[in-house]
Amino acid sequence: MAIEITMPALSPTMEEGKLAKWLVKEGDTVASGDVIAEIETDKATMEVEAVDEGTVAKILVEEGSEGVKVNSVIAMLAEDGEDASEISAPSDDEPPAKQDSNAEKPEAKTEPESAEAGSVEPEKPKALASTQKGDDRIKASPLARRIAAQKGVDLASVKGSGPHGRIIRNDVEAVEAGAPAKPKTSASQVKPDGLILPQVLDDRVYAPDSYELVPLDGMRKTVAKRLTESFMQVPHFPLEVDIQLDKLLSSRSAINAAAPEGVKVSVNDMLIKASALALMAEPDCNASYTDNGIAYHKSANISVAVAIDGGLITPVIRDAQSKGLREISEEMKDLATRARDRKLKPQEYTGGTFSISNLGMFGIKSFGSIINPPEGMIMSVGVGEKRAVVADDGSIVARTVLSVTLTCDHRVIGGAEGAKWLQAFKRFVETPEAMLL
Amino acid sequence: MSEKYDLIIVGSGPGGYVAAIRASQLGLKTAIVERDALGGVCLNWGCIPTKALLRTAEVYHQMQNASAYGLKADNVDFDLDAVVKRSRQIAGQLSGGVKHLMKKNKITVIEGEGRVAKGGAAPKVIVKGKDGKETTYEPKNVLLATGARARTVPQAGLEPDGKFIWTAKEAMVPDAMPKKLLVIGSGAIGIEFASFYNALGAEVTVVEMMDRILPVEDEEISAMALKSFQKQGMNVVTGARVEGVKPGKDQISATIKGKDGKTTKESYDRIVLAIGIVGNVEGLGLEELGVKVDRTHVEVNGFGQTNVKGLHAIGDLTGPPWLAHKASHEGIVCVEKIAGKNPHAFETWNIPGCTYCHPQIASVGLTEAKAKEAGRKVKVGKFPFIGNGKAIALGEPEGLIKTVFDEKTGELLGAHMIGAEVTELIQGYVVARQGELTEAELMETVFPHPTLSEMMHESVLDAYDRVVHM
Repeated sequence: MAIEITMPALSPTMEEGKLAKWLVKEGDTVASGDVIAEIETDKATMEVEAVDEGTVAKILVEEGSEGVKVNSVIAMLAEDGEDASEISAPSDDEPPAKQDSNAEKPEAKTEPESAEAGSVEPEKPKALASTQKGDDRIKASPLARRIAAQKGVDLASVKGSGPHGRIIRNDVEAVEAGAPAKPKTSASQVKPDGLILPQVLDDRVYAPDSYELVPLDGMRKTVAKRLTESFMQVPHFPLEVDIQLDKLLSSRSAINAAAPEGVKVSVNDMLIKASALALMAEPDCNASYTDNGIAYHKSANISVAVAIDGGLITPVIRDAQSKGLREISEEMKDLATRARDRKLKPQEYTGGTFSISNLGMFGIKSFGSIINPPEGMIMSVGVGEKRAVVADDGSIVARTVLSVTLTCDHRVIGGAEGAKWLQAFKRFVETPEAMLL
Repeated sequence: MSEKYDLIIVGSGPGGYVAAIRASQLGLKTAIVERDALGGVCLNWGCIPTKALLRTAEVYHQMQNASAYGLKADNVDFDLDAVVKRSRQIAGQLSGGVKHLMKKNKITVIEGEGRVAKGGAAPKVIVKGKDGKETTYEPKNVLLATGARARTVPQAGLEPDGKFIWTAKEAMVPDAMPKKLLVIGSGAIGIEFASFYNALGAEVTVVEMMDRILPVEDEEISAMALKSFQKQGMNVVTGARVEGVKPGKDQISATIKGKDGKTTKESYDRIVLAIGIVGNVEGLGLEELGVKVDRTHVEVNGFGQTNVKGLHAIGDLTGPPWLAHKASHEGIVCVEKIAGKNPHAFETWNIPGCTYCHPQIASVGLTEAKAKEAGRKVKVGKFPFIGNGKAIALGEPEGLIKTVFDEKTGELLGAHMIGAEVTELIQGYVVARQGELTEAELMETVFPHPTLSEMMHESVLDAYDRVVHM
C-alpha cells in the first residue's frame, strides 16, 4: 500500500504553508527520520522528517508552491517491494495545486491503475512531522477532526465540550452554524492584513514600472494580518514613564565582572527579568482577553521582539520570573541567533504573556508598540541617555534616564493597573537589588 | 416532620437506585421511596426475570438440538413451576443486592407510596406507609423515577382479567403452559415472550399493527428476524390489529382485522399484551404542582429538570426509549447536575437497544432508512454469521451484522445486529459512537480471533469494500 505524505501542521494554528524545498527526488529511498523537505510556515522554516521508510514514488507538490493546505498530500511513498512507478496520486477531494483541476472524477483516470493503488484508503490525517510536541496537542474526536478538516474549521479556535475539554462533533458543527462572531472566512478570501478594502496601488497614480513589487512571504502576511487585527480590534492606550538607569548599569557591570567567561548580561536581559518580576508583583496585568473570560497567566512568558530580515519575530523566554539573569541571557542569545536564521520552532515564538520591544540601540527616545495578541501589554523601551534631572534637593544633576511606554489592552487592564505595573517595574530597575529577593 | 435530606428519590428501579448511589457518592444525604420491592420493574418484573426465562428457553432449545453437537439427550422436558421459581429466585436475589447497595451507600429506604406537594425551594414529599400513616419530608431536591407499566386498552377489553389476558408481569409467572398464545405487539417485550413460549412448545401468534415486526429496528434485521421466527414455527401477522376479545369458558376469542380489511376470529388460551408503555404519573400530585406532563410522560430537559423548581424526573416516566440503562444514565446526569457538577446532557442516539429473543437482536443509532431520511449519504457494510469461524463452531450460523456510515464524514451512524450473543457485542459500537470514532479507527482496531466480534470488524471493512472473509 502506498503511503501518503501529507503537509504537516507545524503549529496548532497553521492552516497552510509554503513548500520551500524538496531534499529528495522521485526514486530516492528514505528512512524514517530522514529530512525530506523544508517548509516555510507563517513564521519560520522547518524541516520535515519522514516517518515511514520507502521509495519516493511521486512528488505531488512542486517546491516553491505556496498556500499548500495542511494535511493535503504532497508526495507518495512506495513501501518495500512495491513498484514505485505504479503509484498514482490519491483521489482526494482537494487535488494538490499542481494537479489537473478537471480530473474531478477519480474513476475517470486514463492511466490503468493497479488494484492496490486504486484502493488508496480514505484520507487519514497523519501527523507526519515529529516536531509537533505533545503540549500542542488539540484534544478532539476523530470525527470532529475530520469534519473540521472538511469544513475548514481551525480546531485551535474551537472550545471542546466533551470530557476533559475534548472537541466533539457538536462543537465543530456549532462553529459552522453559529453567528460569525469571528469572521473566519476561508484563507483565500482573507487579505494578508485582514482588511476588507482592496490594498492595491492604482496604476494611474503609481506607474507599475515605477516601483519593484516584492511578493509577500509567510512572515510578512502574518505580521500584516496580526498587527492590523490588533490595532483595529484591541482598544489600546499608552502609559509613559521615565526611569533612572544608573544603579542598574552599575549592577550590570558588577554582575558581568563576577560572571564566568562568556557570560555577558545585557541591559535588555535585566529588563526582561524586571518585567517578569513586575508581572508577578501585579498579576492582574499578566492577562489575556478571551470571549470566555479573562485569562490570568500564572507564568511570565516574555516575548522579545527581534527584527530579522524580512520581518519581525518574538521569541519567548518562558517562566522568566524563575530564571536567573545568566539563564535569561544565554537563552536570549540562542533564540535571537536562531530567529535570524529563521530556525525557531513554533513553540519557541508562541505562548508569550507580555512583550518587550527595544529600539534604544537606534537612539529612539520613546515610542508606542502595537499589542501582540492575545497578550495584554507590550512595553516599548527607548534609549538610555544622560539627561538633566532635578534632584530631591532642587539641584540639577546628570542621570542616565530611560523612557518606557507601556501599551495596554483596556479590555483587561485599566489605567490604574497599568500604572501600578510601571511603578513595580520602575522599582525593580531603579533598585536592582530587589530582583535578588 | 423528619430528617432533612438533600435528595429524595421516588422509585427504586434502575433509574432511582443508581441515581441514589451516585448522589451518595457525591455526598448528598439521600433517601429513596419504594412502594413495592427494591429494584423496580427491571429487577423484579422486567429485564432480569425475563432473561432468566429466556435462558431456560435457550438451554431447552440446545438440548433439543443436542445431536447436532454430538450429544445425546433423550426425553427432554421441562417443569414450568421450576422454571418460574428460578426466575423469581434470581429477581429476589438481585432485589436483595439492591438493598445491600442502599445500606452500603448509607441511603435511607423509605417504604411506602410517595407523592409530591407544594413546598419551599423544592416540593415536599409525602410518603404513605404500609400502615396508612403519612410522613412529610422537606428535601432540598426531589427526583421522580416512578417508571412505567404496560399500556392497556380497557374499552377494547385489552386489560389483565386475572385469567386469559396477561401483561408482561403475569406472563412471567404462568400458572400453566398455554397451548395457544396470542401476543399483541411485536416490540422487544412482545417478541421476547413470543420467543420464550414458542421455544417451550406453545403455538404462538404475534399480531403487529405496523407492516413489520420489531418496527424500530432496521428493516433488514426485521425481515431476517421474521424469517427465523417463522422457521421456528411462530405465526406472525403484520399490518393487523386486534379489534376485540371475548372471554369464553376455557379460552378467549380474539377478532383480528388483517391487512386486507378482513376480520378473522380465533380462540387462544392466553393473550399477552405488549402494545406499549405508559408512564406512572398518577397519584404523584403532579397536577397540583403544575408539572408539565405530555400524555403520560413528565416533560424534562437534558438534565432531568421539570418546569417546577427542585423537581426532577428520569427514566420511563419521562418517555422513550423505555430502557433501564437509559434511566440509569439519566439518573446519573440528573444527580451530578443537582450536586453542582457539570455533566454532559446525553445523546439519545447513543443508547443501544437489545432484544433477547432467539436469535438475539441489538442495535444503536440510525437505521439505514432513517439515515437516508435524514438526508445522509450512506455507506453500508454487512457481514453474515456464516462467514465467521466462531459462529460456525458455536453452531450459530444464522445472523447478520450491519453498519451504516456517513459517506462524507465516516461517522458510524448506526449498527444493527441479529444472531447469537449480539446483545453482548453491541457495546463495541456504542463506545465507537460515544468516542466519535470514524471508519478509519474501527478498521485499524485489532479484533481477537476467533470471536464473533470479528464480524463487527468485517462489517466495517465491507462498508468500504475491504471485507476479507467474504
